[in-house]
Amino acid sequence: MLFELEGVSLTRAGKRVLVDLTAQLPEGASCVAGPSGSGKSTLLRLLNRLADPESGRVLYRDADVRDRDVLELRREACLVPQLPGLLEGTVADNVKFAAGCAHREPDVGHLLGLAGLDPTYADRDGNRLSVGEQQRVMLARALAVEPRVLLLDEPTSALDSDARDAVEGTLLDLRERLDISLVLVTHDLAQARRMADWVVRVEAGRAVEQGPVGELIGARG
Amino acid sequence: MDSSTIDVTLGEVAASLALVAVAIAVSFWRRTELEGDIAVAVVRSAVQLIAIGYVIQAIFDEDSLVLVFALIAVMVVFGTFQARARSRRVPSAFWPLLVALGAAGVATLGLVVALGIFEPEPQFLVPVGGMVVGNAMTAAAVALNRLGDEMTDRARQIEATLALGATSTQAAAPILRRSLRSGTIALIDSTKTTGLIFFPGTMVGMLLAGADPTDAVRLQLILLWVLLGSVAIAALLATTLAYRNFFTPAHQLREPPEP
Repeated sequence: MLFELEGVSLTRAGKRVLVDLTAQLPEGASCVAGPSGSGKSTLLRLLNRLADPESGRVLYRDADVRDRDVLELRREACLVPQLPGLLEGTVADNVKFAAGCAHREPDVGHLLGLAGLDPTYADRDGNRLSVGEQQRVMLARALAVEPRVLLLDEPTSALDSDARDAVEGTLLDLRERLDISLVLVTHDLAQARRMADWVVRVEAGRAVEQGPVGELIGARG
Repeated sequence: MDSSTIDVTLGEVAASLALVAVAIAVSFWRRTELEGDIAVAVVRSAVQLIAIGYVIQAIFDEDSLVLVFALIAVMVVFGTFQARARSRRVPSAFWPLLVALGAAGVATLGLVVALGIFEPEPQFLVPVGGMVVGNAMTAAAVALNRLGDEMTDRARQIEATLALGATSTQAAAPILRRSLRSGTIALIDSTKTTGLIFFPGTMVGMLLAGADPTDAVRLQLILLWVLLGSVAIAALLATTLAYRNFFTPAHQLREPPEP
């Protein structure tokens, strides 16, 4: 199993965001789906220890994430958050910074290509790009650390339908070409059906349903 | 006032209150509601300076280095409280500020004595120490104010950087750089324009006291350059020690951004 959450609870600003949540996320492509405020983004942050639960535990490939070197864990299971998230500077600066975190020398043009961007984007100011382009730069930056798992927090929520389809196509292509697992947070069940093999439905901080996409939402589609 | 001495009568001091009246009149006229602050500032400045005048006189009479360091230690503690009030968004800012101001004072005074710039006597160490601590306090407060604002406002970017496997030091580095610049840039700018746009206090005081302008300039240059070093030390230490309070040992933001 890629990730397992066992009885996880977390309170934030006095509000219980996750409540005794138990869920499994297998290798491949999984989706954490649910309405806004259901705790799905917080769940994603637990997977690479951007936050720790107050109770319960999170396992990554059968080992407690707290037993791993936290920086190695984040480079192996890299989280792509919602925008804004780019550093000041050019696209290449962002990609090189990320690669530097993992002590790697990046091929910026190749990484931009993987994320669906032309290599000429390298010298452009990252924060002056469109939302869709910034999302792809975030993806290229994450790929620069050569992760085995990508944790994606609503990667298309700010995009129009054409840009959304393009990013989804890029993610599916990456999964095929790089053999990496994806964990995708979305409020859109249709996207879960398009992108994932496995889905965990979260409501009010609890996992209310989980299983193969085809069984849970495929038929209702 | 006699032009060749520094004898100042109480009447002359009182006469300068006319300019305070102008400030209060401006406040009333333009409704800036600063009359109370101006009055408090005038009373506090009078009480504090008169008190410190007696303290300095006592230290000079005793000619004791222990008393000099005790006075500077008190200034460091008061400066720390004052700077902390302007660094409210920085968690546990007291200790970083105390270390920054203390180190800036000790290092700067130690260096000026070691380099033979000033004799280790109360007459030199008290005024220089006061200037150093005062400027270090301002620099550290400005730097931490910027640090607190940016760490809060840019929490999303910081967490996005941590998510790549960056350390908290790597994630905070651009903000630390800007905070350090904020803390030191004001003194650098005033040093650049000194003599052109304004005359600094020491030089003005010496000229009013009838000193030779060349001596006044030399002493002012020493103090300006010494202060550059001390504010750099204070801002560097304050930001370097304080930014850690925003993170857990596991490189997590203590107050993560709203989802």
